[in-house]
Formats: sequence, structure tokens, C-alpha cells
Amino acid sequence: MTPLSETRIKELESLALRVREHIIRMSTGGGCFIGASLSCADLIVYLYSEVLTISPDKIHDPNRDYFLLSKGHDVPALYGTLAELGYFPKGRLKNHLSVNDSIYWHPNRGIPAIEFHSGSLGHLLSVAIGIAMDIRLRKTSNRVFVILGDGELNEGSVWEGMLTAAAYKLDNLIAIVDRNQFQANIRTEELIPLEPLAPKFEAMGWLTYHTDGHDFAALHKTFSDMPSKTGKPSIVIADTMRGKGLPSIEQRADRWFVNFSQEEIAMLLDELHGEKSAELTSETLMVR
Amino acid sequence: MRTYEEVLLECALRDERIIVMTAENRAAIRNMPPKLGERFIDVGIAEQTMIGAAAGLALRGRIPIVHALATFLTFRAYEFIRDDVGIAGLPVKLVGGVPGFLSDGNGPTHQAVEDVSLMRGIPGMQVFAPADIEDLAATLPLIFESPAPCYIRYPAPTPTNIERVRRGIGEAEVIAAGSDVTILTYGLLVREAIVARELLEQQGISTGVIDIRWLKPLDVDTVLNAVSRSGLIVTLEDHFLTGGLFSILSELLVSKSIISQVLPIALEERWFKPALLPDALEYEGFTGKQIAARIASRLTVRSSKTKAQSFSEV
Repeated sequence: MTPLSETRIKELESLALRVREHIIRMSTGGGCFIGASLSCADLIVYLYSEVLTISPDKIHDPNRDYFLLSKGHDVPALYGTLAELGYFPKGRLKNHLSVNDSIYWHPNRGIPAIEFHSGSLGHLLSVAIGIAMDIRLRKTSNRVFVILGDGELNEGSVWEGMLTAAAYKLDNLIAIVDRNQFQANIRTEELIPLEPLAPKFEAMGWLTYHTDGHDFAALHKTFSDMPSKTGKPSIVIADTMRGKGLPSIEQRADRWFVNFSQEEIAMLLDELHGEKSAELTSETLMVR
Repeated sequence: MRTYEEVLLECALRDERIIVMTAENRAAIRNMPPKLGERFIDVGIAEQTMIGAAAGLALRGRIPIVHALATFLTFRAYEFIRDDVGIAGLPVKLVGGVPGFLSDGNGPTHQAVEDVSLMRGIPGMQVFAPADIEDLAATLPLIFESPAPCYIRYPAPTPTNIERVRRGIGEAEVIAAGSDVTILTYGLLVREAIVARELLEQQGISTGVIDIRWLKPLDVDTVLNAVSRSGLIVTLEDHFLTGGLFSILSELLVSKSIISQVLPIALEERWFKPALLPDALEYEGFTGKQIAARIASRLTVRSSKTKAQSFSEV
């Protein structure tokens, strides 16, 4: 593989920073799931920039790669990435939660390039399996990528789908676990421990990879070294941090779904750019 | 007569969009794997995965037809049907095996007697409950032509030999017209309704029978016509009283401000006694003879009440 150049890494970091700004701006006026959005932002930025064979003029191309967000509540990261990459005008992000647009708390097909809706956890691995099966029937080389949450791994349908995907040898299917160590209100290991996680996937017949989900060089190494025609689906455990980029949000169980004031948003934007920490007073809303 | 499998295979060989899927229930599609190759997909005992994968295939332009027992399909995978098929409005065709009394000795875990209620509650979902394989096989090509998702209650294997003229989606078949009573029914119980009609006619009671076929979309005109021509309407179904044909008729009558005499024959707030089919029908009071007796009794009570009332008025 050819490593990413320093310049390219800087470009991706700059893109990810702008996506994080969008996420912060969606954390007011009704709010959003900020912690989960920040944890998968680099993954989504990387996949759309370096891996997926998709572009704004090819969103209906049958030979495109598919990207599915199964843990749908982190969709602000996807909205921000798609807007930055020109899939829809950035101005539309101001319509977050407006009845006049379709930019709400979970993904939906009202947004260009969003392939399928999610919201209820444990659904899109099976939808991805169906897409991958059809791609194989048509003998094309495109692939299907699906991001799962680590909390989402509690759902039985994920494991059901993993058995089926392995049985059908879907080597055009790549799942990515946003391993931010948290489920809604508590650390995964304190509630339903997942570790050792990689051996579980390996035992189910998946090629299993481990990477740093915030390091573009590491992500690039993982995804570009992935062999094809292996007869096995692949899964990438991406180590991430809930709230990544905002120290006052990072790894805080109580900063899950948040609805900040305009003043807090301004402080968080400053904090994102390395200035002083935000003084947050808004309470987390427990919606689940 | 052609089997379901033969007709399905014919459709699938003609239209490569059709994908035949199952959650390891091959009873009705046993011979298909070698003929369809990779277009036959058995996901294993994994109804949720089957529905999600069907949605994924439909997103790519396929028309999946999925098979499982009606209970596991519509209950176990309900949220997947609602979210991945219903919200997306995808043309996935759902075939539920051994619905209603057809689960005979299996017990309540296998009794789909609330499936119509659940499936018709999903926006855009069609619900088809044919009386026999002949009707299912004849209608199948139309179901594939329709872009809507569709739930099919897979019928009993024995034929009814009904001569049909109504084949369209949302069309009911008037098997016989009657002025005293009309029985509205679907699926397995159509044949019992025909037996009940013969017995009632022998008693001089003019009895109609309508095979509703489609619970959704409902043949509103045919139903309203029967309501206006019959003194009593009977809804007969192997389904809970809640949410099935009785509910559908009630909704229609209320929405049209029509007052009518209705006798519902359905399962009320409980599952049925598991036994071989003829014994379960007998135990629960759903044989043609028992249905006729219930209807005759209702008509007698009503007419004696009416007489009593008229005497007192005199």
C-alpha cells in the first residue's frame, strides 16, 4: 500500500475538524447525540474520502460502494461529511430538526447519498447483507460498508446476521465497530462486557482487524491492506473515544444526548480549536 | 392444478428480479434450490436477518419473496418488517405458513391469530388471505407486478373448487348472495362457511358467502353491497376478534355511518386449543355445522325479540 502523504493527512484532519464544527452546531436548538457523533466522525470522513467509490455525481450508480450507518444516532457526523464533500449544500445543515427538511436525529433517504434509514439498532447489518448478496449476484466488484456501535452489539440480530454473512462468504461486506467503549448511559464493560471482542468475530468466521479510529494513517493501513476474494466478511474494530475532540465531552457518560445554549456552542467551538475549555451547564437529556 | 411452487418458479424464471428466500422453512419451496441457483437464499433460522436482507435486495431492484411460519415471520421479525420494508415502502412479499387454525397441534407459540392485525397496521402493506392454493397461484403474478409490500397468509393444501371470477388485488369473490345473512370470511374458513350456508339454506334461511380474499385493500363496494342486502352480517375468521375482519368491517361501517347487525365469529382474547385440525375446529366451534347453528340461533333470538317488541307495542 501507499501510505497517505503528510499533506493528505492534513487535508483529512482539516475536513474532520469542519465536520466536528457542524456536529457542535447541531448540538443546540433541540440538540443531538454529540458524543457518538464525535467518536465516528474520523471514520466517516476517512471512508468517504479514501475508500468508497462514490461521489456526488454517482450516488445512484449501481457500481458504487454502499455506506450504511447502523448506529443511526451519530448521523450528525454523516450529515457534516456529506455536506462538506458536496453531496448537498452546507446551508441545509441549518435546517436541523426543521419540518421543512429531513435532517433529523436519525438517517433517512431524504438526504442525498444516505442509502437507508436507521434508528432502531441492529438492523443495517442485515440490510447490508442483502445489498452484498445482490452485488455478488451481479458479479460486480463494489463493496458494502456498515458502521455498528459497540453498544449496538448487545442486539441479537447483529449476531444472527454475522452467522448468515459468514455462511454466505460475503467477502464484499465490511463492518466497522465504532468501539468508543460506551453504550447510552454507561461504559460497555460495566454493563454488558464485550471483551474479548475480536475473538468473538474471528470465531464466527469473520476476518477481524483492529485499528485506531482517529488516526488517518492507521485507518489507511487497515483498509488498504485488506485482501479481497477471501471468502469471508471483514470486520474492523476501530478504537475511538466518545466525544473525541472536545475534552469537556470526552468519555463523559453524562454527555450523551445534549442540547446546549448558543453560548455553550460558542465555547465548544473555541475548545475544539484548542482554546480554553467550555463551561457547560446544560444537563444531558436521557431520551433512551 | 398447478402448485404454488410451480407458479412461483415460473414467475421467477420469467423475471430475474425475483429472489426466493426462506428462514429455513422450505415446505412450499422444496424443489426450488437447484432450479433457481443463487436466487434461492436460505438465511437459516433468522427471520430478522431474512427481512433486513430482503430490504437490501429490494433496494438493489430485486423483488424478494420470503417464507417462514406466519408467527415467526410477523411477530419475531415485526419490527424489521415495519422499519426496513414498511418505512421504506419496498416491494418485499411475505409468505406466512400455517396461519390460524392451520398450525393445528403446535400450540399457541405457533398460532398466528393476530397476524392480520399487525400486518394491516403497516402503512402501504397489502394483506392477502386466499382460501386455497389455486387462488394464491393465480394471483401471484399480480402480486409481483404490484410495487407494494404484501403479506400472504399461505392457505391449506386441499382445494376448495370454488369457481372464481374475481382475481384482482382488493377484489372479493361473492360465492353466493343471500338476503337473511351474509358470511364474510377468508382463508381456511371459506370452506366451513360454504358448509354452513348449505345447512342454513335447508332451514329456509337465505345465506350469502363472500370470500373476502384481501383484508387490505378491502373490497369496500362488495362488502357494502352485502351489508345493504342482508339482515345480518357474520364475520368469520381464524384470528383474534381484535384487529381482523370484524375490526375492518366495524371501521368501515362507522366511517360510513351505517348501522348494521353484525355477528362476529372469531377467537376472543385467547389462543385456541391445540389439536389436529378437524378436532381443533370442532372444539372451538368453527365447523360449518356449528357456525350454522350459531347463526340460526342468533336469527331466532332476534326474530323472537322483534315479535315480543311488536306485541308490547300493540
